[in-house]
Amino acid sequence: MGWAIAVHGGAGVDPCLPMERQQEAKDLLLHCLNLGVSALKASLPAIDVVELLFDYRLPESENAVGQPTENGLLPTVKIHANVVAFDKILQNGALSEKELSSLESCIQNGDKMPCRKGMLPDFQMNGVPINIYEPETVGCVVVDSEGHCASATSTGGLINKMSGRIGDSPIIGAGTYANGMCAVSATGEGEAIIRATVGRDVAALMEYKGLSLQESVDFVINKRLEDGKGGLIAVSSNGEVAAGFNTSGMFRACATEEGYFEVGIWQ
Amino acid sequence: MGWAIALHGGARDIARTVTPERREIAEVGLRHCLQIGVAALKESRTAMDVAEIVVRELENNPSFNAGRGSVLTEEGTIEMEASIMEGSTKRCGAVSGLSTVVNPISLARLVMEKTPHIYLAFDGAEKFAREQVDFSTSTESNSHPETVGCAVVDSLGNCVAATSTGGRVNKMVGRIGDTPIIGAGNYANYLCAVSATGMGEHIIQATVARDVAALMEYKGFSVKEAANYVIGNMEKGTCGLVAVSYNGEVAMPFNTSGMFRACATEDGYSEVGILA
Repeated sequence: MGWAIAVHGGAGVDPCLPMERQQEAKDLLLHCLNLGVSALKASLPAIDVVELLFDYRLPESENAVGQPTENGLLPTVKIHANVVAFDKILQNGALSEKELSSLESCIQNGDKMPCRKGMLPDFQMNGVPINIYEPETVGCVVVDSEGHCASATSTGGLINKMSGRIGDSPIIGAGTYANGMCAVSATGEGEAIIRATVGRDVAALMEYKGLSLQESVDFVINKRLEDGKGGLIAVSSNGEVAAGFNTSGMFRACATEEGYFEVGIWQ
Repeated sequence: MGWAIALHGGARDIARTVTPERREIAEVGLRHCLQIGVAALKESRTAMDVAEIVVRELENNPSFNAGRGSVLTEEGTIEMEASIMEGSTKRCGAVSGLSTVVNPISLARLVMEKTPHIYLAFDGAEKFAREQVDFSTSTESNSHPETVGCAVVDSLGNCVAATSTGGRVNKMVGRIGDTPIIGAGNYANYLCAVSATGMGEHIIQATVARDVAALMEYKGFSVKEAANYVIGNMEKGTCGLVAVSYNGEVAMPFNTSGMFRACATEDGYSEVGILA
């Protein structure tokens, strides 16, 4: 028993992400996690803890290209710096010198940071090559010391989506779900997550088939997503935490009252 | 086995709010829509075609309106939504925030077939509608049904669910209900198709349509057992649904005082009902 928390910064990570960007991401994830853990130790209810993390505002940084979004969120805004620049190229065809040099150094990182072994160079998410794709979604799941579970997910959407396209993040039962047994936040190819009713299915497997949290998470990722790519984080009412993804990586961090702790990007 | 179809024109406190005269008119409408669906199934049309045809008929039929111009937001505007889902492939389409589209269910199907996405809403959905050839839009404020829906299994065992709504009376502008939410008001997989109706917020919280299918899938319930179980767990007066299974069974439970409903199966069973 006890509290547990997990945060994610999106699934589908460029396997050639420069080391300094990976470290920045992990630092941010750890910072958010610690905020959540402090709140839990102060006995804040789960629903307040999840919202607290989404209020976190990123400090100004000379490495950040482009503006943070309105909700101030995006622990990944620094990592997205490359893609913000890429978007500008695709849309406007003009970049400042600073943006251009920042972008070029990331594209040319091949001789500084080799790609991770085993990753297919043509891995795609939503039809976008992995070195351009950005997971725009962040999420948090919490169970407090009363055993109450809460989930929160927020997204900037899908790169180059059709106007008015709604993805999985606001769909209760798909990208976000919580009940008396668990809380789930998903990320990845939104259409696949909707089809697979990811959030609800993790809970339904526990409820109707008696699977454990990790077994349910694994089943949904391995069997229910089918050709879709994505990941999720989840907590159970009795203080467990679990994560799973079938993508090239998922920015995540989790902690339990019993002392389990993890910050990670890759499998 | 064989084909089966179940359709609804909404579940609510019909006993108290719909006069006997209007109920008679609605019953005629239900029989008419059922006939259209049965005829299409007998012609071996696919479940997808049958579901769309029947829901279009329900959308266009004034019998299921709560009254002219009644399904308006608190600002007097209309925001229609719909979704459709094909069980064998899990393909789906959904739309929200429509004001000029005459048949939202058909736009939902076009989203499914012509875009890489599942769900389009508001300005983006209206823009997509205007880009479609031969697609009907209108700026007249016609009556719109509260919620209508259809669950179909064709003779190949393919299940399709389709649901459409004019929204909820006096809702907040921009409020989205259960109808376009895959897994809440509408869902289909290889086992069954489900279309729900009632209080949208309750249906979303309970993931009603997905739960019927999940009980079949994970606990081995029949479609009737699963449907009754889900409705039984909902707060009284909030929900009804129609469902068909891959092997030709139907279920139409509700916990309101009435649900406009009709169903038929290939082996000759048919039923039309309104009150409990």
